[in-house]
Amino acid sequence: MTVSLTIENLVAHYGTTQVLKDLSISVAAGELVSLLGSSGCGKTTTLRLVAGFLQPTSGRIRLGDRDLTTLPAHARDIGLVFQNYALFPHLTVLENVAFGLKQRGLAKPDRAKRAMAMLERVGLAPLADRLPAALSGGQKQRVALARALVIEPPLLMFDEPLSNLDAKLRIDMRVEIRQLQRANGTTSLYVTHDQEEAFSISDRVAIMNAGRILQLDTPEVLYQKPANAFVARFVGFENLIRMKVVERQAAIVTAEAAGGTRLHLSQDLFGPIKDDFILACRAEGLVVRREGEGIPAVLGTRTYLGRAYQYKCETAAGEITANGPLSDPLDAGVRAVLMPRPEQCCILDPEN
Amino acid sequence: MATRIHPILGAFAILVFFFLLAPLVIIVGSALSDTTFLTFPPQGLTLRWFANIFQMEAFRRTAITSLQVALLGTGLSLLIGIPAAYALNRYRVELPRWLSTLFVLPILVPEIVFGFALLKSITIGLGLPVFISLVVGHALLILPYSVRVVGASLASFDFSIEEAARSLGCPPLKTFMTVVLPNIRAGVIAAFILAFITSINDVSISVFLTGPGISTLPIQILAHMEQFFDPTIASVSVLLMLVTVGVMAIVEATLGLTFLTK
Repeated sequence: MTVSLTIENLVAHYGTTQVLKDLSISVAAGELVSLLGSSGCGKTTTLRLVAGFLQPTSGRIRLGDRDLTTLPAHARDIGLVFQNYALFPHLTVLENVAFGLKQRGLAKPDRAKRAMAMLERVGLAPLADRLPAALSGGQKQRVALARALVIEPPLLMFDEPLSNLDAKLRIDMRVEIRQLQRANGTTSLYVTHDQEEAFSISDRVAIMNAGRILQLDTPEVLYQKPANAFVARFVGFENLIRMKVVERQAAIVTAEAAGGTRLHLSQDLFGPIKDDFILACRAEGLVVRREGEGIPAVLGTRTYLGRAYQYKCETAAGEITANGPLSDPLDAGVRAVLMPRPEQCCILDPEN
Repeated sequence: MATRIHPILGAFAILVFFFLLAPLVIIVGSALSDTTFLTFPPQGLTLRWFANIFQMEAFRRTAITSLQVALLGTGLSLLIGIPAAYALNRYRVELPRWLSTLFVLPILVPEIVFGFALLKSITIGLGLPVFISLVVGHALLILPYSVRVVGASLASFDFSIEEAARSLGCPPLKTFMTVVLPNIRAGVIAAFILAFITSINDVSISVFLTGPGISTLPIQILAHMEQFFDPTIASVSVLLMLVTVGVMAIVEATLGLTFLTK
């Protein structure tokens, strides 16, 4: 049974502070959507509202054709995985996993059988009789995952489930979570502040800031075509250059940045360009050359990145970060030009 | 290597132990004295004063009252104290600070004043029967122990497991009984024992609340001593001490005493 989650015009307050401002999002049946943002952006609040631990000021939450908005938490039938695992310390691993089945009135042999089968799926069957205190962090999170999955909820939610694990385990676990979620086809909402984690695990990612969703798209689109300056910075566009079109000739646009630097950009490559725009470039999206067309720059500090050298450059349009080839290390103080690579840059509308 | 102790510090420690233990030794000694008056060192050894207690109806009756009051009072104080401690910890941010102070007031107010206030309010004001007054009075006296000790174990309780239980389909009250209570069990037992001992040894509250025909053991001891100065008093005291020591021994054996002090 796969159903969709629909959140409509959700508004929430903590005291007098508005933490969610008219948030709407829908997660298709079987889809995994991440809420991504820095702390305080409202992502955890959204999850807690869906779980029923908080009450919204207004708005609606629907799961399939059920309206969850006013339902108490225990009647929502949602599997939850917490950042700190939240295992019951007084119960064994098996009893932890069977807890939800017990609430559903399953007979003891039945729930033991199903809990055991789920423990086998996460590879923890041999530890069934242990208490949580005797488990490692990764094992605890597997138990928590099994506990949430075994009730076969129509919706799974994850609240930064991997933040307390070390780097290697984090990667293993996210692959495991993704596989289990795909295999069951469970609609899922995943909260994280880690961009790589969100991009690697999700069908779509919602980037949030100050109680709003700024962009909801596939990881590919977010990474290549951010909708606005905030998202662009968030996904690693180091350089955002304000520009004005001064001349148009067929597909070629001549634009000017602060300080009079001019660039010729092709609308065939960048898409339609408005009169006022922001040119967003990653450091590797700028070619550093000794001479030629481009933004004149004086090179500053050079950092070795392994795959390239990175330069902090002084230009008339402000400081720009650019990567240069390993074959040609340039010293601080050298005059050079920076030319955007169209396929690694994008045009943003400053209005968004 | 043995730790060297400064001679003055050592002497001081011995002095402290002497003053702590000497009265106990005197009481035990007096209880065994084969005389009709309290004396130390004992003159001749006998257990007849212990036997005497069990023959005196007043001691038996008040001992039973004391036990009943302690059990009911402690139960009542936990019934109020556990939910109060839960609320104070669960909603620490939302609740005003002074609220937790409110629950320790019975300790801060001089007991004799508190006892008098209880007499004026519940016995005279509300006109409650003597036994009920005693139970209510003791429950209030020991409420701070329940709230504080249960609160201490709730302070380290991870409330997200409560949310986990609810997400798995467990209603709030059932969550409290099956998930919260088992995890604060040690605190509840500690609170029970502390409260029970405080209640069974209390004089200052009980002296105001006891009335015609109903008295507690410590009050009976006082009353007895005003009339007779025989070793019965000492032997009752020894029995009370033994009960307290026995309770503490059970705690030590089952939970360890450290959790009473942490």
